[in-house]
Amino acid sequence: MRRPTLTAWIGLIIIGAFAFVFVFAPWLAPYGLEATVGVPFADPSAEHPLGLDQNGRDLLSRMLYGAQISIGVSLAAVLLSFSIGIPLGFFAAIRSGWTDVILSRGVDTLMSVPVLISALVVLQALGSSIPVLIVTIAVLDSTRVFRLSRVLAQGINVMEYAEVARLRGEGLGWMIRREILPNVSGPLLAEFGLRFCFSFLFVAGLSYLGLGIQPPFADWGGMVRDNQQGILYGLYTPLWPAGAIALLTIGVNLVVDWLLAGQPNRQANR
Amino acid sequence: MTDTAEATGPILSIRDLEVSAPDGTVIVDGVSLDLAKGEILGLIGESGAGKSTIGLAGMGYGRGGCAITGGTVDLLGTDLVQSTRRTRERLRAVRIAYVAQSAAAAFNPALTLGEQIVEAPLMHGVMSRAEARAWMQHLFTKLQLPDPESFGSRYPHQVSGGQLQRAMVAMAMACKPDILVLDEPTTALDVTTQIEVLALLRALIRSEGTAALYITHDLAVIAQIADRLMVLQHGREVETGPTVQILEAPVQDYTRKLVSERHKSLMSAGVDHAASDMLLRMDGITAGYGAEPVLHDVSLTLRRGETLAVVGESGSGKSTLARVLAGLLPQRAGTVEFNGTALPDDYRRRSKDELRRIQLIYQLPDVALNPNQTVAEAIGRPMTRFFGTRGAERRREVERMLDLIDLAPELANRLPGALSGGQKQRVCIARALVAKPDLLICDEVTSALDPLVAEGILRILRELQDRLGVTYLFITHDLSVVRRLADRTMVMQFGRVVEEGPTEQVFEAPREDYTRLLAGSVPELRVGWLDEVQARRGLAHPG
Repeated sequence: MRRPTLTAWIGLIIIGAFAFVFVFAPWLAPYGLEATVGVPFADPSAEHPLGLDQNGRDLLSRMLYGAQISIGVSLAAVLLSFSIGIPLGFFAAIRSGWTDVILSRGVDTLMSVPVLISALVVLQALGSSIPVLIVTIAVLDSTRVFRLSRVLAQGINVMEYAEVARLRGEGLGWMIRREILPNVSGPLLAEFGLRFCFSFLFVAGLSYLGLGIQPPFADWGGMVRDNQQGILYGLYTPLWPAGAIALLTIGVNLVVDWLLAGQPNRQANR
Repeated sequence: MTDTAEATGPILSIRDLEVSAPDGTVIVDGVSLDLAKGEILGLIGESGAGKSTIGLAGMGYGRGGCAITGGTVDLLGTDLVQSTRRTRERLRAVRIAYVAQSAAAAFNPALTLGEQIVEAPLMHGVMSRAEARAWMQHLFTKLQLPDPESFGSRYPHQVSGGQLQRAMVAMAMACKPDILVLDEPTTALDVTTQIEVLALLRALIRSEGTAALYITHDLAVIAQIADRLMVLQHGREVETGPTVQILEAPVQDYTRKLVSERHKSLMSAGVDHAASDMLLRMDGITAGYGAEPVLHDVSLTLRRGETLAVVGESGSGKSTLARVLAGLLPQRAGTVEFNGTALPDDYRRRSKDELRRIQLIYQLPDVALNPNQTVAEAIGRPMTRFFGTRGAERRREVERMLDLIDLAPELANRLPGALSGGQKQRVCIARALVAKPDLLICDEVTSALDPLVAEGILRILRELQDRLGVTYLFITHDLSVVRRLADRTMVMQFGRVVEEGPTEQVFEAPREDYTRLLAGSVPELRVGWLDEVQARRGLAHPG
């Protein structure tokens, strides 16, 4: 692995800070999630550095709690989507033939409906709870992961070392775990970072539309929506959660860029 | 050419050249050379010797971030190291031009050959379009390309590999340069095509009076074309001298090794395999990928302990034969009998024992080894898989195997990326051998390796056969290897067997014209060989 560049360090520091908040939010937050501590849209003060929200709750505390929900939901969704997408993608690539046709066309069908529409339909029908939200995003996202893993595995599968393993009569498990996965972990890791950003924004978007995280839980997308009329009064209130979303997205992308650039040139160097 | 012969001194003069890689490693160290007008200087050495780097430095260019860190490169009175980029760019193509190994990568597939060839003279303003076209057609004629008037309107994919290589020579000659830098220009070609291109190239260079730096690892090729040779190793000059002197009276040990190695026979004398049992019998094999089969009715037999060489040019179907045998490409017709029983055509239907008995070694060890598995894993896994060997016993066996292929035991924990090409190929051999196979298919196992490294691999294969009694099916286009190693030889062309018999007989008394052509196309390591071949066949003559 290459040494982190300056931009990668910035990204790592941003991610580290968010991870810290994610873990320790309840201890860091000076006030409770639902506690009304003053008048709506009160200006920032010594006790409330970011001011109060539309219901007179401490914005900083809500943002710290919101980090847990926003990051937690998208992290869980991405992990789940990778656990679905990678094995299926590898399986399709190794088996090829009919297995591949059925899986790939199934994925194409799922992908032909815009993600937001599918998500809205499912969430309307089943009602938006956190588990439903996570599974919905994970399944929709796993189609992208499937496609990437499949094409990466196909690239490895035609390599002569994979052929040697097949001629040795190795089973599916060995092929996936020992021959393919270690050789595609770089691109998959980079994809993980990107997909995390996307699902993070997606959760925020759904919350903004009112179909994402439901009260009493706080999340950054929902906070932007709840406080949006603050903009009309020239207040910064909705910009803080929006800024947090932007900052984490940038941080993850900086690290992803570094991981991608560190990929060895796969062409044989003769 | 365009210049009068006023300059009697060298037209290219390199002094104490030092080139460094981006990480500071010195890759060319203190090399000096002079190139006189019309002279051909051969740069010879193994990969990593710095030949290409010197060739490019002669144009004032460093590839992949390499930079000239010392010395001078004097081209027609201009020091390329000190001059500005503009000056260097003006000299390139017009006064000095480059011919690369892979013509396919040097041409833009979306433009016709003609457009790409006249581009440089027009861009540099040395000729009008009409002049450039006329000169291009003259070059095409000289290079014996078909229809010189219309050849330029073809696209790169519409011509053969040998023609494309010649078109690239025409592209390099388009501005009538004083010097050509030729970087392995015939290495990627088949033997029969290679001598054709070589002969035409030599004729063209001589008739135009162009000087050339000819870079290659093949001593036999360079012996036919160069006036002088410079032998390089690890970025340093080993020795320089007239071609005849280097070949016949080399001073340095390294040169002597380079010159002599490829002559020794590796055959163990007096072994008769006629009495051994039949190991393999392929009968009437027809196989292929698309509608048209690649192999037509191919039959062969192989006795235990024997070495059969399958030779032919690219596209002859020799690798397809290996894939059929390995079960990777089920045949459409014909049968394979192995150890007296019929072998299933698909590897997925073969038993573990049947899989174990046939092992493959590939051409490119880089892609044949999993970059994320250590040497110990690569060699150890087949042991576990086929014999259930595990733990300490497996470690011991791996060590014993490393010893057998002359690799240090501490290499066991390295990843392939930390090994040299020759070491990787040895690991591949070990991986195949631990399965204790009856038959080892060697598919061009030495063609990606440097001559001395390849020599080591051949010796190991030979030794192992004597010790373990393995049978080899040796697939190669390198006939010099075949002569030294194979008991029997089978010549293939267009997916059919042309001729088959004891190696000696196939080479010394070929029955078929194609075998004769093939056998006569292997460059011999002596000056004047190409002239003899030309005289025999009436190929292009100098001037």
